[in-house]
Amino acid sequence: MIDFKVIGTPILLRNIKKIDPESIEAYIETGGYEALKKALKKSPDELLEEVKKSELRGRGGAGFPTGIKFEIAKNQKETPKFVVVNAEEGEPGTFKDRIILENDPHLVIEGAILAAYIIGANYGYIAIRPDYTLAIKRLEKAIQDAYKYGFLGDNILGSNFSFHLKIKRGAGAYICGEETALLEMIEGKRGEPRKKPPFPPQKGLYGKPTVVNNVETLANLPFIIYYGSEEFKKYGVEGSYGTKLFCMSGDVSWKGIIEIPFGVKLSEIISLAGGVKGGKLKAVILGGVSGSLVKYDEVDIEVDYHSLGRIQAGPGCGTIIVLNDKRDIVDVCENIMRFFKDESCGKCFPCRLGTEASYRIIKKIKEKKANLHDLFNLERICKTMKNASFCGLGQTAPNIILQSLQKFKDEWLSHIS
Amino acid sequence: MKKLVDIKINGKSYLMPEGITILEACKRAGIHIPTLCYLEGITEGGHCGICVVEVKGARNLQRACITKIKEGMEIYTDTPLVRKARKTIYELTLANHKSTCPACQKEEPCEIRKIAKNIGLSEVEVELLFKEHEKDRSIINRDQTKCIECRRCVNTCEKIQGINTLIVDGKGFNSRISPPYNLPLKNTPCVFCGQCVVRCPTGALTEKDDTEKVLDALQDPNKYVVVSFAPAVRASIGELFGLPPGTLVIGKLVAALRKLGFDKVFDVNYGADLTIVEEANELIERIKFRKTLPMFTSCCPAWVKFVEEFYPEMIPNLSTCKSPQAMLGAVIKNFLPELENIPKDKIVHVTIMPCTAKKYEILRPDIMGDIDYVLTVRELAKMIKIAGIDLLSLEDEEEDIPFGEYSGAAAIFGVTGGVMEAALRTAVEWLTGETFSNLDFVPVRGMKNIRIAEIDIKDLKLKVAVAHTLKAAQEVLEKIKNKELDIQFLEVMACPGGCIGGGGQPIPTTEEILRKRAEALYTLDKNKEIRKSHENPFIKFLYEKFLGNYGSEKAHKLLHAKYSHKPNWDDIFNKSYEEICKEVLKY
Ligand SMILES: Cc1cc2nc3c(=O)[nH]c(=O)nc-3n(C[C@H](O)[C@H](O)[C@H](O)COP(=O)(O)O)c2cc1C
Ligand code: SF4
Ligand code: SF4
Ligand code: SF4
Ligand code: SF4
Repeated sequence: MIDFKVIGTPILLRNIKKIDPESIEAYIETGGYEALKKALKKSPDELLEEVKKSELRGRGGAGFPTGIKFEIAKNQKETPKFVVVNAEEGEPGTFKDRIILENDPHLVIEGAILAAYIIGANYGYIAIRPDYTLAIKRLEKAIQDAYKYGFLGDNILGSNFSFHLKIKRGAGAYICGEETALLEMIEGKRGEPRKKPPFPPQKGLYGKPTVVNNVETLANLPFIIYYGSEEFKKYGVEGSYGTKLFCMSGDVSWKGIIEIPFGVKLSEIISLAGGVKGGKLKAVILGGVSGSLVKYDEVDIEVDYHSLGRIQAGPGCGTIIVLNDKRDIVDVCENIMRFFKDESCGKCFPCRLGTEASYRIIKKIKEKKANLHDLFNLERICKTMKNASFCGLGQTAPNIILQSLQKFKDEWLSHIS
Repeated sequence: MKKLVDIKINGKSYLMPEGITILEACKRAGIHIPTLCYLEGITEGGHCGICVVEVKGARNLQRACITKIKEGMEIYTDTPLVRKARKTIYELTLANHKSTCPACQKEEPCEIRKIAKNIGLSEVEVELLFKEHEKDRSIINRDQTKCIECRRCVNTCEKIQGINTLIVDGKGFNSRISPPYNLPLKNTPCVFCGQCVVRCPTGALTEKDDTEKVLDALQDPNKYVVVSFAPAVRASIGELFGLPPGTLVIGKLVAALRKLGFDKVFDVNYGADLTIVEEANELIERIKFRKTLPMFTSCCPAWVKFVEEFYPEMIPNLSTCKSPQAMLGAVIKNFLPELENIPKDKIVHVTIMPCTAKKYEILRPDIMGDIDYVLTVRELAKMIKIAGIDLLSLEDEEEDIPFGEYSGAAAIFGVTGGVMEAALRTAVEWLTGETFSNLDFVPVRGMKNIRIAEIDIKDLKLKVAVAHTLKAAQEVLEKIKNKELDIQFLEVMACPGGCIGGGGQPIPTTEEILRKRAEALYTLDKNKEIRKSHENPFIKFLYEKFLGNYGSEKAHKLLHAKYSHKPNWDDIFNKSYEEICKEVLKY
């Protein structure tokens, strides 16, 4: 069981450990599916306005404005349209989607139905990593119950809106979390990213308009629709409204999920997790191993898109890996690059070859067999990956390495013979 | 008319049609952008990243091959960032590639080598990445140490042949291009068409090299080495000696073959005439005696293997006639000893083919032994160069008789629709009992993938179809199966354009080059005095002296084949090629 904490009032974790996740009645009792009932009395246009006004941003990593994504899909003439819930959650150290799905599956289902109603989709998939067996089991039951209660299926609650939802077990590869690779996988093909544009809201699943959203993003919708965007915007700070789940791991005393309103300081979050374990703070890997590296002297910073942007960082998918000062940065980077070289899909040269080549150089540096020239090569390869890789994986794989080359330059140099 | 958009390339303004790629726009502006994986219509996946350019306002470098131009786009093709990225990608590619250029079968067409001058890399600084792999050797050799994973072969097999022999297996650095489970190619449904070979930018896919063995046989005083060259060879070999595509090279080719030491130079076109008289006869019999129709041509071994593998229920539709190469092989091994007074076991018969599947065909049970080696056009050119022969300076010479004479009908065998047209010239005359002077069946010509034509002469009504590429063939077969298409005769060639686009042809083969090679063969036909196979005097001679009637028992024994769904290839292939040669040639 994943432990959790909250700063302020929770939006996403409000039911957790309070209701029986396998009981739809329990969810309904706490006001579940009320947002859906309210929504069906309104037009999709009105609801879209509400989502846009809420300024909700995607929680899957990129932070794309959800309302705009919905609007693009809604404006497409092609049908059918699809909603895809991205529950692949492949980023190391990330388990926030899992906690929602295991403990409050209906919240996500309701969110998906709302998204479908707004864009006019009649079909949806929850694409979930295959090792989330408990989440899958609970989702299966939840979907069945939702059908029974008429929240899913034809003519939902007597309206003329129909929406069908299915679970699709993923391939368990990191790349399958990338939205277009995810779509390829659902279509039964090799999970590799597609060329964008066209973006999924324009041409997605089977070439039809599709919104792909992260579990956590959709879990915000019932709140926004039921209470309104005004209420939602009471959480967080300008440009970053609402709350965000953060997964604490690494050298911290307490591991688990923390829900915070945007704007809380990173150092505060770390303190809430009991502070650094086994030494002093060295750095934080923020937003996953494809995210950013925050140095010990930078952690006194508000966690929101704007503030973090100033230090070339971002909340990403909400992963906080704390590193204490016993950690060797080269060792950390070696681990990260090992992950990416195994998870690169192999579609494009810069990433397929760049991850392997830079991994080998880092290893050589770690073994103190490298010279300065190797370090230059590493930087050159990493920059090329960032600039010339086909998809987000290769483009972000070298992030931590490149940032550490700046922020921990001396430590890298100390490994050079 | 497409809308024009205003774009800037390297600071200069251009008006270009909306919707084209940056690559195309740059090409039109006269700016060359290097590419490695890109192949129009086949591989447009943006894999290699060599073609990256800077686009103002974009977060990353953009792939020119898959990024479409937009109004106001500002493109920079030669910035430091672009150059560095290209160099690094190219360097990584080389680091993962076992470069053995001087000893690589790919030779000049190698695209890694070709783009070197556009990249300007002077050193591979990173550690070599490639792993050693055992070569997969059969008709087509796969060398994974040279594969750059451009995926052209995967796309080719899928999009052109619809077979999907090769797939992307595994992920990341451990991904590889191979048949499923990395099976040897010989144990897959691969039809050995070689289309992947001609598109592979590297030496990762090559045909089995038989040049050494042929050169050895030529030096062996106990051997009488005979050579025959296929219809499509004369339309393309010039390209390998610097002549423009579409140049017919016949006399000089014959001269070069003699100079190489071949004792007799024959022409597979003779075999083509022989195929036509047998096949036309078979068609008429099938129509008369209401046997299985439509009849399928059987001169393309890749197509025959395809039917055996994937449409076994349609095996009875395949004409039992052997291919021109196989018929000529049987005739030479059986009758040349008597004509020239040489013992049969001294004869070594080598054929020059535009095709890799022909190397496989000679291993089929009822053909084995009739032909000893098949060389592709590329291999022959290599041999001529090894021998130091200056092809272009040679005086024209003529093929030997009797198996060097041919009709115009045979000449067009190398083009899609050619076999059909040749067969019709004979069958229509035999069916109607009349002689015709207009011999051009234009509706079966052309480069459309599937062509359907109706022949309506006197009382004779025939409906025929011509398809090239096995993807197109599948479409036709499905239509026949679903009774959506009712025809009597179907010609299929596995390669795009027919043998002129074969897997053994010079590289590259573009649509433009295909058209020129086709034109050359149609011109050859037009200029021939005899344009019908049954009028070839040496065909008549063969039947009078040896075979009796068309379709006679003797003709059947020598010139017709059997097909089966589960050919014994495993047995055959499990022996090494050398073992087979030893067995067959009793070396
Ligand atoms: C390599 C890669 C892996 C990704 N993995 C995930 C993932 O596991 N879960 C997820 O929600 N988004 C993932 N994304 C982001 C998705 O592509 C997409 O942006 C997201 O699902 C959109 O949802 P959102 O707007 O709700 O955040 C990944 C992106 C990349 C480039
Ligand atoms: S960047 Fe990596 S993951 Fe993305 S397409 Fe290229 S090889 Fe695949
Ligand atoms: S494929 Fe090209 S680069 Fe590689 S060894 Fe052959 S000729 Fe050289
Ligand atoms: S030879 Fe032809 S059938 Fe075999 S893999 Fe290549 S393209 Fe496919
Ligand atoms: S075998 Fe050749 S065509 Fe196929 S992926 Fe490798 S390099 Fe490309």
